[in-house]
Amino acid sequence: MVAAVMPFGVTAGVAGLDAGLGLDLTMALSVIVFAGASQLAALQLIDAGAASTLVVATALLINLRMVMYSAHLAPYFRHLPVRWRAPMAYLLTDQAYALTVTRVMSDEPLPANHWFYLGAALPLWVFWQLSTGFGYWAGTALPPSWELGFIVPLIFLALLVPAVNSRPSLIAAVVGGGGAVLGQGLPAGLGLTLGALAGIAAGVIAEGVLRRD
Amino acid sequence: MIDPLWGVIVVIGIGTFLWRGAFLVFGGRLRLPDLVRRGLNYVPPAVFAALVMPGLIRFAEDGTLDGPRLAAGAVAALVAWRTHGTLSTLAAGMVVLWTLRAVT
Repeated sequence: MVAAVMPFGVTAGVAGLDAGLGLDLTMALSVIVFAGASQLAALQLIDAGAASTLVVATALLINLRMVMYSAHLAPYFRHLPVRWRAPMAYLLTDQAYALTVTRVMSDEPLPANHWFYLGAALPLWVFWQLSTGFGYWAGTALPPSWELGFIVPLIFLALLVPAVNSRPSLIAAVVGGGGAVLGQGLPAGLGLTLGALAGIAAGVIAEGVLRRD
Repeated sequence: MIDPLWGVIVVIGIGTFLWRGAFLVFGGRLRLPDLVRRGLNYVPPAVFAALVMPGLIRFAEDGTLDGPRLAAGAVAALVAWRTHGTLSTLAAGMVVLWTLRAVT
C-alpha cells in the first residue's frame, strides 16, 4: 500500500515541473495539501492558466470525500486530545482511511488504534514527499521529447477504470470526459471543471432514473 | 515578489484540512445533505475522466488529432482494465507512445 503511492507521488513531481512550478512550490503543494488527485488537478489547471478561484474550487471539490472519511473515523478517536486529532486529520488520505477503517470497526475493541493509524499514515506521508521530489528531479533529468508529462493522464486512467463500476458511474465518466474534451476551447481550464460537474450531475440523475425502472 | 501560487496552495491546504478535520477535529454534528452524499459517489468517475480525456484526445495546431497519444491511451486503458495495476498502466502507455513516436 505504501509503495503503491509512489507512482502517484512521482507523477505529482513531474506534473509540477510540467506546469512550470519551481521545486519549492511543487514540494509545498505536496507538503501543505498532501492529497494526490487534487494536487494533479490543480497543476493541470495552473498549467492551463486557470483563475485561482477555479483551481481552489476544483481541488476542494475533489477532496470533499475527506469529510466522509472524517465522519466515519471520528467516533473511534473522540477520546484523544486535539494535539493527536489535528495531526491525524492532516495525514488523512484514501489509503490511511482504507487501512484503518476495517480495524476500528471490528467487533472487539482494539487498543492503540491511533498508533495503528499513525503507522499507516506516516510512512505514506514520507514516501509521498520523497517520490514527489524524485519525480521533479526525473522530469528535469529526462529530455522533453520523452513526453514524461503523459503519465499524468495515464495515472488518472489507472484511477478511472476501477471507479467505473456501475452504469451510472459509466455515464458520469462519459459525460465528464466528453464535456472536458468539448470544453477544451473554453478559457483556461473551465472545460475540465464544467465537464466534471456535468459528469457528477449525470451520474446522480442516471442513478435516480435507473432505480425507478 | 512572492509567487501568487503560494496563496493558492495555502488556501487549498487550509480548505482540505477543514474537510479532513470536519468531524475528527472540529467535531461536526451536521450531516451531509443526501444529494451531496450521492453526488460524491460520482466525483471519481466524472473528475478522473475529465482529467484523462483531454490528455488523450489532443489536437495539433493545424487541427489534426495526435494519433500516438490516443492509441497509447487506448492500450493503457485496456491494460488498466485487465490488470488493475498502476505501474503496468503507466508502462504500457509510455512504451506505446514512445514506439509510435519513433516509427512515425
